Amino acid sequence: MRIALAATCLADTLFPGAPRATVRLLERLGHEVVFPTDQACCGQMHVNTGYYREAVPVIRNHVETFAPVADGEWDAVVMPSGSCTGSVRHQQAMVCRRAGLDDLAATAEAVSAKTYELSELLVDVLGLTDVGAWFPHRVTYHPTCHSLRMLHVGDKPLRLLRAVESIDLVELPAADSCCGFGGTFALKNADTSAAMLEDKTANVRGTGAPVLTAGDMSCLMHIGGGLSRQGTGVRTLHLAEVLASTREEPTPLPETTFSRPERPARTEATR
Amino acid sequence: MSRTFLGLPRTLRRPDDADARHGTPDEPFGPVPHPQEPLRWGDDFPAAAKQTLKNDQLRRNLGHATQVIRTKRAAVVGEVPDWEALRDTGSAVKQQVMAQLPDLLQQLEENVVARGGVVHWARDAAEANRIVADIAKVKGADEVVKVKSMATQEIGLNEALADEGIAAIETDLAELIVQLADDMPSHILVPAIHRNRSEIRDIFLARMGDAPPDLSDVPRELAMAARAHLRRKFLSAKVAVSGANFAVADTGTLAVVESEGNGRMCLTLPETLVTVMGIEKLVPTFDDLEVFLQLLPRSSTGERMNPYTSLWTGVTPGDGPQEFHLVLLDNGRTDVLADEVGRAALHCIRCSACLNVCPVYERVGGHAYGSVYPGPIGAILTPQLTASTGGVSGHHDPNASLPYASTLCGACYEVCPVKIDIPSILVDLRAREVDADRSSRGVDPWKTAMKAASWVMADGDRFALAGRAATLGSGLGGRDHAISVAPPPASGWTRSRDLPAPPRQTFRQWWAAEHTAPVEQAGTVETEGDDR
Repeated sequence: MRIALAATCLADTLFPGAPRATVRLLERLGHEVVFPTDQACCGQMHVNTGYYREAVPVIRNHVETFAPVADGEWDAVVMPSGSCTGSVRHQQAMVCRRAGLDDLAATAEAVSAKTYELSELLVDVLGLTDVGAWFPHRVTYHPTCHSLRMLHVGDKPLRLLRAVESIDLVELPAADSCCGFGGTFALKNADTSAAMLEDKTANVRGTGAPVLTAGDMSCLMHIGGGLSRQGTGVRTLHLAEVLASTREEPTPLPETTFSRPERPARTEATR
Repeated sequence: MSRTFLGLPRTLRRPDDADARHGTPDEPFGPVPHPQEPLRWGDDFPAAAKQTLKNDQLRRNLGHATQVIRTKRAAVVGEVPDWEALRDTGSAVKQQVMAQLPDLLQQLEENVVARGGVVHWARDAAEANRIVADIAKVKGADEVVKVKSMATQEIGLNEALADEGIAAIETDLAELIVQLADDMPSHILVPAIHRNRSEIRDIFLARMGDAPPDLSDVPRELAMAARAHLRRKFLSAKVAVSGANFAVADTGTLAVVESEGNGRMCLTLPETLVTVMGIEKLVPTFDDLEVFLQLLPRSSTGERMNPYTSLWTGVTPGDGPQEFHLVLLDNGRTDVLADEVGRAALHCIRCSACLNVCPVYERVGGHAYGSVYPGPIGAILTPQLTASTGGVSGHHDPNASLPYASTLCGACYEVCPVKIDIPSILVDLRAREVDADRSSRGVDPWKTAMKAASWVMADGDRFALAGRAATLGSGLGGRDHAISVAPPPASGWTRSRDLPAPPRQTFRQWWAAEHTAPVEQAGTVETEGDDR
């Protein structure tokens, strides 16, 4: 398949490991990955904060960048984020219609019909649960709210994780409880957000897992922020980073929550 | 008796300063003094939540109680094979009601009157309170017994009656606790959810007047004391006041759904019954009740069937109250109805399932919402009823902060028996607030930031530049790549969380280096990166 990657603004800028692993994984599975460089952001932050008018140009850019998928130039768009996929699916067209942009809304719907969150793409579209991954570590999984309740991905990410060779997957208590991020909620209601985070990190620590994974870097940034502050040493890895890991090319465990190991400088030979 | 009593956890030891805090019987027990406006009191949500979050006991009480109700609900909902179809039907019936509300209300009025009832129309709280007070006065009553009712909480009926020299006695156990403590409800279904047994015993001893002096905090003893106290009231009261869970337009039938039997007493013993009902509580036909009497008990108390369901139609000679008044209350509802998105808040059947699953409510409790309607439904209903968003009441209205009191986690929508898409309405109310602010000249850092972000994020090249600029800060986090101190507004974040330092290379820089033909890459220098 020819799959266009929507890296998401947050991961592109702050957590490039997630989209890189998505590329690595899909290429290993024999698919061609395309990265349309006009992309920036899906508009979720603006919409959820109530700035519909400011969201319109952001949404327009996203929709126009990925419109070729509606014409069959690519087979699918993949987003390694439950909340961004949720925004594409449930908000973009609504905001366009509010602004009187019915044509853009129609294109947005056509694009969203072929846009998938990573676990949806792997399980529903590609028909895989075993992606040939190897990850010999204890891992616990946080199902993010939007993937769970907006996209209804159900246990797809867990099925993918269970099929990973040598993984020690441990259940996270009260897993479906929100971590308290909520975008600008974490700033506007910082105290309440922190109280929710406290319970989440306590549950993560209780599993004894050195790795927390999820399908959304925004939630992982939040939980990771707490784990880092508390000096727990628990690392956060995107689901794609776990699934991309193989015996031949394992995803190394970072030293601390937010650190990433240095990579050797790219040489001409690797180009 | 199980560990819980009305969802209340076993007593935890009171703080040492409890006696000082509770003080003499003349001082309020609660942290909430009785507000002038039952739909708008206290600080805005972030400030009020900051205070309630400090109360560890409250958090433990609520965490335990909501967990118990959540589990019960999930179990009994899970055993209904057509639950989703029931939700769809409930939602469809309520949509129909909203679409035909004026006609259905007139039909209700005709049928109630035809069966010997009297119908009053109240535009707001003051009118409704006036109507009820006048009826009580005509009947010469200086005391009325009350069935638990959110509508009368919303209009502050008890206080209004007190001003007229009429004592309103709450007969629902939890509502009685709240009333005796001169407190405010913190939950729609379990208004005293923030109280534990020992507090309830103290309240009864200090305020009930006829509580046994050796009263313990065993739930059965507490219930017996309240029962003896209330029985005297039921037998002496001439007038009862109730709300209504449902009103059937095509028959004129009213319905009250309760668990303790106190409602049945109020609805049958006194000579005169006054029912105050929000105009949205209608269902078109008697058959529609079948849907809601399945949805409501499982969603609210986690029971398969409701214990006491009372239905009455007008007046039945020789049986029950011989005078029946129905007060139809607007109090902002028609304004809510006028909003295409927000009107779904009127579908609410007050089950409170959304409160019990809400991770925000569970931490901060009901009082932080500053309204008798707390939790997710309160966050969409309260600001609409008080016209607090959209700048109508000014930006210092604490209720304007309510639509932001949610992470949009979606747990509320998932359990709502009538499928109110609360997250979408919250977002819509935020948009209304933002739009209302557009004309203001003041400098709002959020507005400035959002506008700037919109410009950057609407274009791949501009965004690439911004990302590249961010990589300049890749050294900020030191060896662990974590930033622990940041300026406002990010300081709210870094008080309890670290931020990741930007990577040395954005994703798109990596992509350009890895996936673009070397010729096109001649001008860029991409030699090193970290693995993020």
